[in-house]
Amino acid sequence: MSDIADKVKKIVVEHLGVDESKVTPDASFIDDLGADSLDTVELVMAFEEAFSVEIPEDAAEKIATVKDAIDYIEKQKAA
Amino acid sequence: MFSLTGKTALVTGASGGIGAAIARQLHEQGATVVLSGTREAALQELADSLGERVHIAVANLSDPTEADGLVAKAEAAAGAPLDILVNNAGLTRDTLAIRMKDSDWSQVLTVDLESPFRLARAALKGMLRRRAGRIISIASVVGTTGNAGQANYAAAKAGIVGMSKSLAQEAGPRGVTVNVVAPGFIETPMTDVLPEAVREKLVGSIPLGRMGNTGDVASAVVYLASEEAAWVTGTTLHVNGGMAMV
Repeated sequence: MSDIADKVKKIVVEHLGVDESKVTPDASFIDDLGADSLDTVELVMAFEEAFSVEIPEDAAEKIATVKDAIDYIEKQKAA
Repeated sequence: MFSLTGKTALVTGASGGIGAAIARQLHEQGATVVLSGTREAALQELADSLGERVHIAVANLSDPTEADGLVAKAEAAAGAPLDILVNNAGLTRDTLAIRMKDSDWSQVLTVDLESPFRLARAALKGMLRRRAGRIISIASVVGTTGNAGQANYAAAKAGIVGMSKSLAQEAGPRGVTVNVVAPGFIETPMTDVLPEAVREKLVGSIPLGRMGNTGDVASAVVYLASEEAAWVTGTTLHVNGGMAMV
């Protein structure tokens, strides 16, 4: 697992207070991890801060799973 | 009832009459209070009269950067996260619309509407995480009724109501409440100088037969800040002696 993936996972565990084992790549924040819409906004803001990236509203809307978040941030970081 | 022991509150415009009364009553209920305003000497005087559990955070809310930074500044001064934000600071630039300059409009909107938003945004980040908090903004009866000569002020105060209802919906799931207190005619140095005839006419339009005092407004703030008001959000508490029943 990449550093980014590790860090994303850690942020998700911290913010949603879920067990690490549940934070699989395919896990949906809302359907599997019990997040509400506010949680997802807070998560995006936490990602922005942790990775020094800006995630615009339309991109944030498409981040539904742990993998979505990792992919997006990796792409931003590679660019 | 209405104990605020252990809570930390930030009051903007605390050097003014209403702001000072709000700070005083929150403090009386046990809260640690951070006084903010532009006039440090006036804030210091109030702080000295209150005694312990009082801090000062000077800020000029017409400067967006200072408005954005005030919550962090207040939390640093108090050494504790903010439980209660009272957006009280405001100014007026009264004149009929046809004579109103762009700067009259923008100054009032910046201080009376934009800065409360900046403060609420900063405070909400922590409050949502902690799943607790109170945001109370002081509006005005003229935000509902309008008032000749106050198009800017009335727009800002009506804006406070719409903003607070929206924030209340956003923050509700985290147990954070957002409310408004809308005072009517309050005795202040400004109203003291009104001619007797004008005063009489004003009071005649108030069913409760007197002008309000700053304590009347502060009591409403204390209620909304308390645990007892936990199920009240997105509302406007009109404190106007019955002058406008809205």
